[in-house]
Amino acid sequence: MKTFEIFDKQDTRSGFGAGLLEAGKRNDQVVALCADLTGSLKMDAFEKEFPDRFFQVGIAEANMMGLAAGMTIGGKIPFTGTFANFSTGRVYDQIRQSIAYSGKNVKICASHAGLTLGEDGATHQILEDVGMMKMLPHMTVIHPCDFNQTKQATLAIAEHNGPVYLRFGRPKVPTFIRPDEPFVIGKAQMINEGTDVTLFANGHLVWQAILAGQALSEQGISAEIINIHTVKPLDEDAVVRSARKTGAVVVAEEHQLLGGLGGSIAECLAQHAPTPMEFVAVMDSFGESGTPEQLMDKYGLNAENIVRKALLALGRK
Amino acid sequence: MPTPQELNRIASQVRRDILRMTNGSASGHPGGSLGCADYLVALYFEIMNVHPEKWDMDGIGEDLFFLSNGHISPVWYSVLSRRGYFPVSELGTFRKINSRLQGHPATEEGLEGIRVASGSLGQGLSVALGAAQAKKLNGDKSLVYTLHGDGELQEGQIWEAAMYAAHNKVDNVISVVDYNGQQIDGPLSAVLDLGDLAGKWKAFGWNVLTMDGHDMEDILKTVHQAQGMCGQGKPTIILMTTAMGKGVDFMEGTHKWHGVAPNDEQLANALGQLEETLGDY
Repeated sequence: MKTFEIFDKQDTRSGFGAGLLEAGKRNDQVVALCADLTGSLKMDAFEKEFPDRFFQVGIAEANMMGLAAGMTIGGKIPFTGTFANFSTGRVYDQIRQSIAYSGKNVKICASHAGLTLGEDGATHQILEDVGMMKMLPHMTVIHPCDFNQTKQATLAIAEHNGPVYLRFGRPKVPTFIRPDEPFVIGKAQMINEGTDVTLFANGHLVWQAILAGQALSEQGISAEIINIHTVKPLDEDAVVRSARKTGAVVVAEEHQLLGGLGGSIAECLAQHAPTPMEFVAVMDSFGESGTPEQLMDKYGLNAENIVRKALLALGRK
Repeated sequence: MPTPQELNRIASQVRRDILRMTNGSASGHPGGSLGCADYLVALYFEIMNVHPEKWDMDGIGEDLFFLSNGHISPVWYSVLSRRGYFPVSELGTFRKINSRLQGHPATEEGLEGIRVASGSLGQGLSVALGAAQAKKLNGDKSLVYTLHGDGELQEGQIWEAAMYAAHNKVDNVISVVDYNGQQIDGPLSAVLDLGDLAGKWKAFGWNVLTMDGHDMEDILKTVHQAQGMCGQGKPTIILMTTAMGKGVDFMEGTHKWHGVAPNDEQLANALGQLEETLGDY
């Protein structure tokens, strides 16, 4: 098992903010829209640097999605910013018709996703957003794992032509991806090569998978850890190759089991390489108030549960 | 520039197209389409500066039009084809399998003239405002036009957009409401009344004009007046009085033809009331 250096503890939303500012410097067609959450989305640096290219839309997310779709007509590359709940569920039909079906080059950037929003509770802790977005034709769905990767992903989607859903979060978590590590949309990232069991994860669960891999290593089990930062399009080659190599799979994500990364990988493996699989996800329930750590423990989105599920999958080989 | 009389002759042909298209697919929305034929003909043949021969999505340097009430696609398709965006013969494929002329307007099949999908109501004003702001960022002085159903104004997103446009001084937009007073389930006054509609738009910070949507001279005069109000810090909307089903006596003024196509006998009767001026497709 490789060792991983923690460079810092930072929030992924700040990675987005840093990436957006840099994207704005690199390309003057980049514009940003925000629904009254500029500070929460860390879009204030972009607003300050490019006031003419920043659009405060107020608490009116449906209008924001339509505005963004319209701004692409004339060549702009709009990034919308609000919480993940208000970026998806609240505006699903606007995204579906005006952005996805219309093939518009809009980047839907969603913070405070999942349980780690914490104390605000279930109204704000969306756990269904990846499912909604991945069902839409033309939509690319990305969920990076740390500050550096979120920054690089933000830069990458600015260069990509087509609608994208970029999901990130609020809490400060370990930064362990090198800042110069390039981000390739749709390309799975090998975190640790192993032979006995594959741990697929994305978002905050990638670090938990690393901790799980270390614990498994102490039991003499070699875990392959792969970061599936792009849920759609899924890197099927990487998924199938690793499943065939290890013969046992765990998928870990901060999302509902229904409609999440686990479902995408299961669909892929069922077709190409049936493999014993276990899932670390929220099991058909809403979240609740609590600290991020308490919630991740209560709902089993942690290294300990990944280890437990890995042993279960290994037992089914 | 075509005269009002010439525009009326084009509108007669557009009405024939609408009836034949909806009859041909035994589906679609003739009522609102007939009601907006005069305005869309005026828009594409006199008012807007457009370049159908070199169509592209961005439309830089030309005026843009967004149809927010996408169900009246027959009138838009007819006008687009008659204006030269795509072959008139393609109108015969409306709503049929493998057609670019989807039941509601879409970009997916690459139909020239369409810049965003519409059909799910209430979204077009937001998209148009985004396009208008992109024009401002690009230093492009051309204008953005929108058309909305009056029933569509029951959607909340319209009012989010209305508030946004005034606050941000999006003054390169001219919106029009097809104020025919009808929706699928009956008169608006019975389903969900819009109340003082002019007062509502004024309160939201818009210039409000009114016009008769079946008087070509009034359409041209009013829209030119609206053009003169652009660039002065306020968006403009025109409440356009129309009759659903205009031009066909048994369809006129009722919601019953909102989403019902004429059968062959009804078609023959209706076509007998409308002169074929440009040749049927």
